Amino acid sequence: MLDAKGMDGRSLIRRRAGLRLWLSAGWLTLLCLAALFAPWIAPKDPLAQDLFLGRMPPFWMAGSEPGYWLGTDSLGRDVLSRIIHGARVALTVALVAGVITCLIGATLGLLAGFLRGWVDMVISRLIDIWMAFPPVLFSILLIAVLGPGLISIIIAIVVIDWTRFARVVRAEAMAQGAMDYVASARVAGRGRIGIMLREILPNVLPTICVLLTLEMGIAVIVEAILSFVNLSISTDDPTWGGMISEGRTAIHQAWWVLVFPLITLFLTVLSFSQLGEGLKDRFDPVLR
Amino acid sequence: MTYLSIRDLSVRLKGGPSLLRRVSLDVEPGEVRGLVGESGAGKSMIGKAVLGILPPSVEITGGQILLDGTDLLTLPPKDRRRRIGASCALIPQDPLTALNPSHRIGPQITDRLVDILGWTRADAEARAKALLAEVQIPDPDRVLRAYPHELSGGMRQRILIASAFAAEPKLIVADEPTTALDVTVQKQILKLIAGMQARHGTALLFVTHDLGVVSKVCQYLSVLYAGMVVEDATVVDFFAAPRHAYSAALLAATPKYTDPAAGLNPVPDAVIDAVRAEVAAFDRGSA
Repeated sequence: MLDAKGMDGRSLIRRRAGLRLWLSAGWLTLLCLAALFAPWIAPKDPLAQDLFLGRMPPFWMAGSEPGYWLGTDSLGRDVLSRIIHGARVALTVALVAGVITCLIGATLGLLAGFLRGWVDMVISRLIDIWMAFPPVLFSILLIAVLGPGLISIIIAIVVIDWTRFARVVRAEAMAQGAMDYVASARVAGRGRIGIMLREILPNVLPTICVLLTLEMGIAVIVEAILSFVNLSISTDDPTWGGMISEGRTAIHQAWWVLVFPLITLFLTVLSFSQLGEGLKDRFDPVLR
Repeated sequence: MTYLSIRDLSVRLKGGPSLLRRVSLDVEPGEVRGLVGESGAGKSMIGKAVLGILPPSVEITGGQILLDGTDLLTLPPKDRRRRIGASCALIPQDPLTALNPSHRIGPQITDRLVDILGWTRADAEARAKALLAEVQIPDPDRVLRAYPHELSGGMRQRILIASAFAAEPKLIVADEPTTALDVTVQKQILKLIAGMQARHGTALLFVTHDLGVVSKVCQYLSVLYAGMVVEDATVVDFFAAPRHAYSAALLAATPKYTDPAAGLNPVPDAVIDAVRAEVAAFDRGSA
């Protein structure tokens, strides 16, 4: 059944998936630790201004100030410390908004895809209506109504993005529901909820897992966008989006204020999506 | 005593055409009845109606399905489910999609026995092992711990057969159980099903489009066209002298592997027209 060639192919897939998984998980772990222990790790106070130290370049350039590794912004605040503190907001939004969105969206998608009938009609129409709103305008509108703040951002992401999960999970649940093993389970006398949780859910889980990590990346981006347009949390707390927004005004004099938070943001979003792909390969019994 | 008796069963697409037209047939314990017909004749639909797994787009418009004397269609849904679950089983068509890829083989056989029929876990596991041995699977312990994708199609179909017999059902519906398999494996699987059925004394409803298969496994058969039973006969009588022109043409259309030069004999248009006219006359009569 398993010839030598087949084995090689499989272990190759696994090794490559493994590397991806470790790199992305490594970066995210680093970020989580930074967020958790920010006050102890950050070399400087992220809010402390010192106009004499404005726009200091990062450590390898001439004229850098010792202790300010990634330079300072126009107000003399330490870029590295602000990035580390910004991870708190970014990761909180990613985890909380991602998980809540996933729970709501996946549940509705599963119900619609498996129960079909009027449940599907209602949920599908809701998705259609929802997706007709332009998401960025919708989120700005929501924040305007709810008022800025961490909770508002999370609510906005959940309200806008649940359709992402619902659509995909619905399609997947529908495909699984047509399989013969579902028919066998029905003949055996399993109830609909039992079939949904025992037979369908485990087969949809890898997809949900990938979507969840993608959603976490998207949540980070949404938070950054809202910070960029000054609709995120109070301007006192450092956020990556806020830093990018501030850095933009001084891009020619101090590029580092913009570039370092941007790289962090990029790596984080990339890691989330790669983590999802890696986990999917781990989850999938066929590739395992 | 008749175990399964279907009387005048009519099924149609909701708001659409009829799929089954007053189908009647009986299956006794220990007996195999073949359901034969071309694609779309409604042979699978009968099995699905009996097991209560018709798609939601289809409705039963009349008739009775008597299981051991009780009309399933008059039972409340919950009782019907319980009754079917306790006394019937399905051998599905495609072994590749009939096992849940996310669960190991063992639990897929035993969980039903434990959760629904109230067996102890130890009893269920012993039963699963004995059944795998009965369907001639080498090394049952390893197979019980395997995932479906680790096994071949023939192996999976053996497991599905074992699983169908697990709770000693009185009636099994086999929905084209060999269609998705290699011809070389088909024969073994047919032998296996026939042997198991005979040993356990199960009533078997065998859905197939292959008359060759019918001649090997069944004692009785119903030939269907457009959801109508055009012939109901014993296999011996049928192969000696089919009574209906359509079933005679169907029999003549079976390719002869022993004579490749003979070419194919499609069912003649005149026969199709005649049987279609019969169906139309039936629809006028029942309208």
